[in-house]
Amino acid sequence: MLRFIVRRLLQLIPTLGGLSILLFVWLQRLPGGPEYALLPDDATPEQRAELRESLGLDEPVTVRYLAFLRRILEGDLGTSLATGRPVTEEFLTRFPATFELSVTAMLIAVAVGVPLGYLAARRRGTALDFMAVGGSLLGICTPVFFLAFILKVVLAEQLGWFPSAFRLSPGLARTDLSGLVILDGLRTGELDVVWDGLLHLALPGVALASIPLAVIVRMTRASVLEVVGEDYVRTANAKGLHRNTVRTRHVLRNALLPVVTSVGLLTGALFSGAVLTESVFAFPGIGSFIYEATQTRDYPVLTGFILLIATMYVIINLLVDISYSLLDPRVRAQ
Amino acid sequence: MPTTPSSQNRSEPPKAPETADTADGRAPLLGRKAARVDRLAELMGGREEGGHGAGVWRTALDRMRRSPMAITGAVIVAVFIVVALFAPLIAPYDPVAQTWGAEVFPNRSVFVGPRAENWLGLDNLGRDQFSRMVIGARQTLLVGVVATLVGFGVGALLGGAAGASAVLGGRWGLRVDNAVMRVIDMMLALPTLLLAVTVAALVGPSLTTVMIAVGVAQVPIFARLLRGAMLSQGSRDYVLAARALGVRKRKIALVHILPNSLGPVIVQSTLTLATAIIDAAALSYLGLGNPDPAFPEWGTMLADAQRFLSSAPQFAVYPALAIIVTALGFTLLGEAMREALDPKLRK
Repeated sequence: MLRFIVRRLLQLIPTLGGLSILLFVWLQRLPGGPEYALLPDDATPEQRAELRESLGLDEPVTVRYLAFLRRILEGDLGTSLATGRPVTEEFLTRFPATFELSVTAMLIAVAVGVPLGYLAARRRGTALDFMAVGGSLLGICTPVFFLAFILKVVLAEQLGWFPSAFRLSPGLARTDLSGLVILDGLRTGELDVVWDGLLHLALPGVALASIPLAVIVRMTRASVLEVVGEDYVRTANAKGLHRNTVRTRHVLRNALLPVVTSVGLLTGALFSGAVLTESVFAFPGIGSFIYEATQTRDYPVLTGFILLIATMYVIINLLVDISYSLLDPRVRAQ
Repeated sequence: MPTTPSSQNRSEPPKAPETADTADGRAPLLGRKAARVDRLAELMGGREEGGHGAGVWRTALDRMRRSPMAITGAVIVAVFIVVALFAPLIAPYDPVAQTWGAEVFPNRSVFVGPRAENWLGLDNLGRDQFSRMVIGARQTLLVGVVATLVGFGVGALLGGAAGASAVLGGRWGLRVDNAVMRVIDMMLALPTLLLAVTVAALVGPSLTTVMIAVGVAQVPIFARLLRGAMLSQGSRDYVLAARALGVRKRKIALVHILPNSLGPVIVQSTLTLATAIIDAAALSYLGLGNPDPAFPEWGTMLADAQRFLSSAPQFAVYPALAIIVTALGFTLLGEAMREALDPKLRK
């Protein structure tokens, strides 16, 4: 098991290395080069020359790439053009909000999607199955930002059931331990904060969950249908095992393997969705920050974000592979 | 359980001799025999055809003709394509002329709803909404098709090269395959939309940007699919036979393996058209879409409509419904195709 993890970790190095080269090339290729991207349009040629000098842009490519790599490894992603603060700092202060939102969305998607997909497969051809499949197709085809807007206008602005923006109601006092509203509230016993935070998470969470939910329902359904017909399920039934044992130990355990993989692959979609959802609900996470960055062409923020996403994506998929090998001993043996 | 229909079929033949003993049983018996021979021929024919590429497609088409999912999808897609192709003939007015500009006051929330001359009412600048929707269909189709072609073209080239070298290239081929797939995995690590943002930042916001960005984001998916299909075809007997006959490797890859591996890729193209339309809308919302007001496009219309969502929700509802229904059409068609082609899902 340990050897498996170490081997997978070593495999990460070329992928991330290649990605850093890709990003480096991209930064060099920005319209007019970095000295144009990093300075306002009305900067003088002297200022540009000075910036080139200070950025070491006159050095050979290899030297510049190594310097770029060293800065990344030191956690220096440059300075945001819009706020003037280091990109790393901006990300760190906003990360808990996005993390909380993504986890909420993923929990909703898994908690609803897996049972729904399972039931749809077991009752294949019934109205429930039809609605689950139809609903998930509809979910995939609905633009996330449109769904978010509809939820916001109808449930928050017109019916007033939920707050329409931010993470917490303004003026609510809370003890900040880690930046995670719900977790901090639970640890300090401030239950009003927890409740308020959950209300604020509900709508963006549902909007963000729509795509993963749709994918998980269909994956689970297809996968259960395939597993139910396998010989080992028939054998287990023939052995006289209890129905629930067969369902959990044989059907679900095997059916969930592809679902776990798809959850890992959905992380990317989740982050893209966060950019759209957070901007609609003025949720102060990385997503809404990136939305602003695309509006103002804040290149250091955008590159930093891509690097962050790619790293997280790779790490999450590593975790998926590891959990996969825990679920399926056959993977370990390879 | 699923065994019931076949066991019923099997229980039928034993009954036949009993009825054949009756006076005029001869003709029915003969008829039955003939029917049985016909059935056998049908089965054999089917099996024979199944060996060819066309047979697989024909049986898939037959199966799709009976699937309500496929029919719904095909009808939606057909209507969409007809509207898009003949858009200038269908649209009653110029989609950009602010003909009725004097009747609409967005800052006072005065809008004009559906009426006899403007079927879907006017937009916030006094333009005919119906004409904009119709012309918008054309732009949307263009974005979807070009983006899919970009993804298909580049992805198939990469995946095809990787697959072919893995199957036929020996040890070096495996290395080429490995290297190409590392690049593909790297691309897969970047979420679609962010890849699109990257491209848009390089090229600047335009319709071309949207098409390239959305297309590039689909490249790794197409590449992985084609490679996977080619690898599974590579171990088939017909490839072995071709190699044994001394057919040149390039010819085996292009004439033998490739055509047999295209099934999943074609299905994916249909699904990608839906994704492309939705992604294009998201890019428009991010302000990276088509900035040219002369060509209305559903995504841009939907993004623009957000400002009026509480005062004039119809501005958002028309393009949103159009996007959802069209994407649903392509998805239904693609899913039905996948089900029809997938032997595992056949019942």
